Amino acid sequence: MRLSPKSRMKTSTTFFRCRPSMSFINYSSREINCKIVYYGPGLCGKTTNLQFIYTKTNPDLKGKMISLATETERTLFFDFLPLALGQIRGFKTRFHLYTVPGQVFYDASRKLILKGVDGVVFVADSQIERMEANLESLDNLKLNLAEQGYDLDKTPYIMQYNKRDLPNAAPLDEMRRLLNPSDVPDFEACATGGTGVFETLKAVARGVLSDLKQMSK
Amino acid sequence: MNDTQLVMYDEDYRKVLAIIQKLVRDANAKGIFVVDRNGQLIGEAGEMRGIDTTSLASLTAGCIAATGGLAKIVGEEEFPIHFHQGHRDNLHITLVAKRIILVVIFDERSSLGLVRLRVKKAGTELGKVFEHIQKRSEQANAEGDGDAPFSEITDEDIDNLFSM
Repeated sequence: MRLSPKSRMKTSTTFFRCRPSMSFINYSSREINCKIVYYGPGLCGKTTNLQFIYTKTNPDLKGKMISLATETERTLFFDFLPLALGQIRGFKTRFHLYTVPGQVFYDASRKLILKGVDGVVFVADSQIERMEANLESLDNLKLNLAEQGYDLDKTPYIMQYNKRDLPNAAPLDEMRRLLNPSDVPDFEACATGGTGVFETLKAVARGVLSDLKQMSK
Repeated sequence: MNDTQLVMYDEDYRKVLAIIQKLVRDANAKGIFVVDRNGQLIGEAGEMRGIDTTSLASLTAGCIAATGGLAKIVGEEEFPIHFHQGHRDNLHITLVAKRIILVVIFDERSSLGLVRLRVKKAGTELGKVFEHIQKRSEQANAEGDGDAPFSEITDEDIDNLFSM
């Protein structure tokens, strides 16, 4: 799709790309908004990723982080962090980062949060005893995306191997073989210390923007 | 009407603003927000300046999504009207045309009955605006006449975003 001269003259136009994506362009405020969801098994570090991003981001660039969590700080519905990365061609690019609740029985909530997603980060727990939980969560992601007409292979998607600092971490090759057979961009991380957190975020943001570019051609 | 790309033009935006500005007056509301079902703010009116509208939009969409899920469990298609009563301020949330959320915040200067009455009329008008947008977008999509600024973004633009 090309931007016609007529549309360049518009002073306030809003695109709702709900085909599968919710990214949204607002000409009046000159903003592009995209939704990124952090998925993964319970206690893998999704919220920790967002918390690290929140603490290390310039206050001018971030909104308030919202965590809908239980009294024991387990995610109940979602965490939400609006983030402004910078400008592209005069448009402020804003990313809305969400996490899902990882625990198995919150599946209904996970489905709701995936609606309108533009990019997915799968946070895998590197501990060897959590490998089955990783695989189960990855299957659950594919299933929940498919239910809403999305295909993980066609969605901007990044794999993060978190908790690499732990002594019981599985070998990286093994994790790649099990969790990333399609060889999407992947990163080793230690979200508590921040290793790999911003690399993951940048990769998924890049994937979303590249995807939007491809889709609009 | 959930699965098509929608394009909203200036004239549509002005119509939406006119409807909610009138609703603020008619319902004696403190603030009115129109939110996309996916959590993006479309427009606002009223005296509630300086509140965190990004969070308001996201949480409203989450609220509608959660109650929509509840509705399906009990065999309803949707719960299109929500009311939350607070000590000072109250929230009246309505789902319009299945994808737009109308949020009215009001205090003791108004009443639930008045808000419901006025929202019903305004909701119908908003519904018409968004149905028109929907039809036009479907037509544009069918004719391959959609447009977006993304195609003009280069790989270099994306790289520059991360070098800042």
